[in-house]
Parts: sequence; C-alpha cells; structure tokens
Amino acid sequence: MKLPAFEYKSPASVGEAIEILAAHDGGAKAIAGGQSLIPIMAFRLASPSVLVDLSGIPGLVGITIGEADISIGAMVRWRELEEHELLRSACPLIAAAVGHIAHYQIRNRGTIGGSLAHADPAAEMPGVAVTCDAQIEIVGKTGSRRVAARDFFVGPLTTCLAHDELITAIHLPPWPVNRRWAFEEFAQRRGDFAFAGVALHYDERSDGTIEDAHIGVIGVTPAPRRLAPVEQILNGKRLNDNLVAEAAAAASAAVEPQDDIHASAAYRRALVGTLVERALISSAKRGRAS
Amino acid sequence: MKLRFDVNGQAREADVAPRTTLCDFLRDHLGLTGTHAGCEHGVCGACTVIVDGCAVRSCLLLAVQANGASIVTVEGLADGDELSPLQEAFRQHHALQCGFCTPGMLTTLHALLSDEPTADEERIRDVLSGNLCRCTGYIPIVEAALEAREHYAKKQGSKAG
Repeated sequence: MKLPAFEYKSPASVGEAIEILAAHDGGAKAIAGGQSLIPIMAFRLASPSVLVDLSGIPGLVGITIGEADISIGAMVRWRELEEHELLRSACPLIAAAVGHIAHYQIRNRGTIGGSLAHADPAAEMPGVAVTCDAQIEIVGKTGSRRVAARDFFVGPLTTCLAHDELITAIHLPPWPVNRRWAFEEFAQRRGDFAFAGVALHYDERSDGTIEDAHIGVIGVTPAPRRLAPVEQILNGKRLNDNLVAEAAAAASAAVEPQDDIHASAAYRRALVGTLVERALISSAKRGRAS
Repeated sequence: MKLRFDVNGQAREADVAPRTTLCDFLRDHLGLTGTHAGCEHGVCGACTVIVDGCAVRSCLLLAVQANGASIVTVEGLADGDELSPLQEAFRQHHALQCGFCTPGMLTTLHALLSDEPTADEERIRDVLSGNLCRCTGYIPIVEAALEAREHYAKKQGSKAG
C-alpha cells in the first residue's frame, strides 16, 4: 500500500501547472486535496510519473456570491463549503450534499475541483453540479472555456477534461427565493459511497404548482444526470401523494443501474424511487431560508 | 525533498522522497509511532493527525504537501506524563481496549472539540464515523468525548476572556 514513486512539482500559477501537465503527455497528474488520487495510487490503479500540486496556486480558492453568479474556486475544500453561511442561504443544496461526503477528516482536505475531475458516478458534488445546471470553468493551453456540467461528465471516472487542462472554478446560477430543494442518498455506512442519491430543486409558484423541476441522480447511471421524464411529470402540478408516487415510479423506470457485489440492479432501481419520494416530501418543507 | 515542519511544538527538518505519506514520515523518519498506519487508503482513521488545526488522514497526505505546516500527533496531546483531559476521560470510561484506533480517535476528537466544544452527541457520532474501532465499541468513546467537552469549553472561554 505504499505509493509508486513519482516526481513532485508545486507550480505557482495555473499557466505553469498546465505547462508541466502538457510536457508529460498524460504521465503527469494534478493533485488537489488528494483524497481520491492517493488511494488510487496506493492501489496502483494509477501511477503518474509526475504529481502537480495545485495547493500553492493563488486564485483557485474562494467563494463569491454575486447577483448573477455563484462562483466556487476549484481548490475550495468541503469544510469551507459546509461552513459558508452565505452559500448556505444562496444555494442550500450544496451544504446538504457536502454533509454526505466521506468523513470529517476527508472533508478537511478534499476539494470541489478534485471531486469534479475524479467524476465518481456516486459522488455527491458532480450530481449537484448537473442538477443545478452548473458551468465548469476549465483552463488549458489555448485559454479558458466553460462547459455545462451535463456535458462535462462523460462516464464513470471520465470527463471531457484533457490531460493538460485544469478546472479552475465552478459557477452556479443564483436561486430564486421561491425555490424548494432536497438531497437524499442511501449508503450502507455513514460516509460510504451511496448506492443511489437524489438531488432536486423546483420553484413553487404562488398557486402552489411546480415550475422548472430539476431532478438529478447519482450512483445509478454511468455519470450523474437529470431525469427529464420525472421533471415533466412534476412541472405545472401541485405536490400531493399521488404526484409523489407517480414521480417515484417514473424515476425507477428512468435509470439503468447495474448489478454489483453491493446491491442488485432491481434494488437500486427501487431505491431511486424511494429516494425521489423522500426528497419530494422533504422538499415541501425546505425553502431557501430553511 | 527538504521539508520543514513544526511537530508537536518542535521544529523538525527532513529530506524525504515525494511518495512518502505524512503517516510514514511521522513514524519512520521522526520515530513518532503513536500515529498508526491501519488501512493506508483513507478508510479506518487510525492515522489521523492535526495539520494546521484540521484533523486529516495522514495516509492520504504526502509529507511534501504538509511542508511548512504545524502538526500535532497523539504524542503532542499529553503534557509530559500528565494525560490531557480527553485522554483522562478515555481512561475513566474504558474507551480503549487494544488501542490501535485510539490515536486517531484522540486526535480527531481533540480537533473537533477544540473547534466545537459544544458539539452534541449526534455531531460527535457523525465525526467519529470516520474512525473505525473493532473491539471496544463506540459507546464508551462517545461518553469520554462528551465528558471531555467541558475542559475544551473552559479553554475556549479563557482564550476569549
């Protein structure tokens, strides 16, 4: 369980980091918090020849909450997201999801950019990013680009990030005041990767009907994604027991989970329905201020 | 690589290979074997140490990543031969049996209670979910943590005053 040998670089700027990554043609790997990469290396699932430590680069940290944009630096650690009071009121779904990520010690080190780049299909933050229509800001040799989260995650542990590109920030649209939300997941033990999880939000019109439903799932699809059939069922209707049941059944039908040693596909399919049900019920009590 | 740390209040310097984890560095280079290497992939919590005030898994942190940091290990909790209030509470409540997980339990709780001396039982249990114990069970550990809280609250109170 000792790590393979590698060269360590600690660049002082994004440009310098990209140069190092580009010079090694895929052999170099960026390390942010390292909470996924180090165990992967310990298991020899990856043996990069060079590690590029991003922690000395200014400009990748900080949370900015503006009128038109919530911006979170790639090196922002889970703990900061959990403790940021303004963010909690601007986008409460984030702190709720972060509470499910691994454990206390790991949340002190792990970063949002690292989690997005790692792209575990059961990870919470990629699911929140897709659900909330986040944009991921990426810098490469030719400049910066923004990619919608739904296009960024390609499959299990696979993103559209090139080997010589870095995530520098994640951007989220601000929330209207009438938005309701919930995050629900089920894991066998506290802090484990979830069998399945659901992040959702919708806006409640003054007549009580649902508008602009976003229903995202993790752990039951190759990459996190929104469930359009469920959103269509919810939009324009009032939340009641029948609607919740209909949405839950549609969610179960909309995913393609796999059998594995932890749970069968049928179990996971049923679980997604249950989580959508729980999330919709709890969302009725969760506004932006609560 | 040449690295410098403050470990338990002492300045330490060392020359280590980049692949050395902080856990191995503390144990093999500094001889601080109180930090236990358990699973070595971030699951068990036995290797928890406090880096710049935050509890972290030292098997998931390279020594080079902690360069310049202030580190507290389980050896840094007691005052000479005198146990810290948290350690004394562990003793009173029989919160350890084989002791393998104990360094990680103590460092995790020390970091938590230094930050949050009023942490309730639910919070303590949530935080300890990252530390596995295979013999004592968690009940006496949680009881010890609950009892130790007042010492941390007093410490924080006196700092504020």
